[in-house]
Amino acid sequence: MAELTDLTVAQIRDGFRAGDFSAREVAEAFNANVAAAEALNAFIVATPDHALAAADQADKDRAAGALKPLSGVPIGMKDLFCTQGVQTTAASHMLEGFTPTYESTVSQKLWDAGAGMLGKLNLDQFAMGSSNETSYFGNVISPWRRNDGGNAPLAPGGSSGGSSAAIAARLCPAATGTDTGGSIRQPAAFTGISGIKPTYGRCSRWGIIAFASSLDQAGPMAHDVRDCAIMLENMAGFDPKDSTSLELPVPKWEAGLSTDLRGKKVGIPKEYRVEGLDADVARVWDDGIAWLKDAGAEVVEVSLPHSKYALPAYYIIAPAEASSNLARYDGVRYGLRELPEGANLQDMYAATRAAGFGPEVKRRIIIGTYVLSAGFYDAYYTQAQKVRTLIARDFARAFESCDVILAPTAPSAAFGLGENIDDPLAMYLNDVFAVPASLAGLPAMSVPGGLSKDGLPLGLQIIGPAFDEQAVLNAGLAIEQRAGFTARPQKWW
Amino acid sequence: MRARGGASAPAMSVDLTTVKKVASLARLAVTDSEAEALVPELNGILDWVEQLGEVDVPGVEPMTAVIPNKLRLREDAVTDGNVRDKVLANAPQAEHGFFAVPKVIE
Repeated sequence: MAELTDLTVAQIRDGFRAGDFSAREVAEAFNANVAAAEALNAFIVATPDHALAAADQADKDRAAGALKPLSGVPIGMKDLFCTQGVQTTAASHMLEGFTPTYESTVSQKLWDAGAGMLGKLNLDQFAMGSSNETSYFGNVISPWRRNDGGNAPLAPGGSSGGSSAAIAARLCPAATGTDTGGSIRQPAAFTGISGIKPTYGRCSRWGIIAFASSLDQAGPMAHDVRDCAIMLENMAGFDPKDSTSLELPVPKWEAGLSTDLRGKKVGIPKEYRVEGLDADVARVWDDGIAWLKDAGAEVVEVSLPHSKYALPAYYIIAPAEASSNLARYDGVRYGLRELPEGANLQDMYAATRAAGFGPEVKRRIIIGTYVLSAGFYDAYYTQAQKVRTLIARDFARAFESCDVILAPTAPSAAFGLGENIDDPLAMYLNDVFAVPASLAGLPAMSVPGGLSKDGLPLGLQIIGPAFDEQAVLNAGLAIEQRAGFTARPQKWW
Repeated sequence: MRARGGASAPAMSVDLTTVKKVASLARLAVTDSEAEALVPELNGILDWVEQLGEVDVPGVEPMTAVIPNKLRLREDAVTDGNVRDKVLANAPQAEHGFFAVPKVIE
C-alpha cells in the first residue's frame, strides 16, 4: 500500500471507512512528517495532540457506526483562523501569544465534520504578500527546486504559503487557505496543488483575522479537485455571525463532479494574453484549452476590457480596507503592547503598532490611510470602487456567452526567495490574473497544468459565475484528468 | 489623480511631510529613515494606480456589495455577553474587570 501520507483526503476517508487503517495511524504518520519538516517552516505551531484526539474520536465513532464526513482526516489550518486555546498570530508579532477564546466558524465546521488539526500554518503577515516572505515567523521554503541542480530556495507563493508548501510536501493532505487577491490560487499554482476560492460569502468570515473584508474569502487547498470539493462542502454554509454570509444551501459538490463538458462553453479572455506572456505559461494555457475541448466543451473568445485596471484598483481597495480593519490593534484589548517610559495613550498606540507590524503591513496601512484621507477619497477610493463595478460588469457580460473562463493562475512559475521582496510593485504583479475574480467576488480555482522548463509547476485558473462552484470544479477535474500531473518535489528537507 | 467625470485632482506625489502626517493619522511611529524610505515606495505605487484616472466612469456607481445580498434582521434577543473574563483574557493589562491603559486625564 502507498504511504498513508501520500493519500488524498478521499482516499483517507474511504480507506479509513473500509477498515484499511485506523485514524490514529494516519494522524501519527502526518504528525511525523510535520515534525521532520522544520526546514520548510510551514507551520508556526504544530498541534499533534489535536490531531491525535480527533483521530481517537474518529476510531471510536467508526466502531460505533457514527462516521462523519471527514472522520479520520487530519488537516492543516492557516494561522489566520482563530482556534480556541491555540495561538493565532496572522504571522505577525502583533498577535504573538494571542490565544483565542473562541473558534472561527470555518474551523469549527471542519472539527464538527470530524477533521483533526495538525497545526497552524505559516502565511504572509496579515495575509499581505505573494511569497510568504512577510511572516514575522520566517519564510516558508517551497519543497520544490528548479531542475538546474541548484539549491536556490523558492517561494511557495502567498499568502497561503504554509498551506501550499505543507500539502506539496505531504505534511497534510489538505489545508485551509484564504484568498483576498489570489492567496489561495497563486500558492496552489506555485506548488503543483489545487485550491478554490468560492463565491464571496460562501464561507463565513467570522473568526478569520480580517485583511480586506469585501474581498476576504476562505477556501480549501488540496492535492486534487475532488478533495477541494469535499473540503469546501465542510467549510461553506450560512452563518448569522457574518453579515455578508450567503443564505444558501451548500451544494453537494463532490457528488456533482462530472467531466462531461459537452454543451459547455469555455471563455478565453483576450486581454489576459498580454504581450510578453511567459512562453511556458502560454504553452500550458494552450494545453488547457485543448483539454477542455477534448472534454467536449466549445471554446470561445471573450473580452474583459477593464482587466488592466484590476490590479491598481485592488491596491487601493485592499489597503483602504486593511487600514480600517487593522486599526483594532491598539495595544489595549489583545496582542502586543509597547509602552515606552513616560508614554501617554497616543504614544502607546503608535509605539505598539510600530513594533508589532512588519514593513509590508505598515506600507499598506499608510497607503490605505492616504487614499481614504480627506481630499483624496473620491479620486482614489471612489474611483477604484467604480472601476470595480466595471470589472464585475465585464465578467457578467462574458458569462452571457460562456460557462467558465480559463486563464493562467500566475504570470510565472515560483520565483526565488528574495527576488521580488525589495520591489513592492513587482511582487504585486504576481496576482495580475488572480485579482479580477476577487474584485468580482467570483468562484475561481487553480489546478496544476504542467511544468515550466525549470521543472516547476504552473497552474491553470478556472473562473465561474457567482454561485457556480460546480462548473469551476468540473472544468478543473476535466483538466486534471487530462494533464496527468504527477510531478512532486524530491524530498530534501 | 486625473479622474475624468469631475473628480478632483489632488497632488500626484507625496513628500516626507505627508508620509509623516499619514503615519501619524494611522498611529504608526516611524523613524526618519523609515519615512524617507517610504516616500519613493509610496510614490511608485501611487504613480501606478494613477492609471485608474483613464477609465471613463460617468454614471457608474461605486461598488458597495460584490455579491447582491440583503442585510438581515435577527431576533431582538441577547445572544452574547456574560463573557467578561474571556474578553479580557488576551489583554496586555486588565485590572478589576477592565482594560487598563496609561493615564489619559491629568
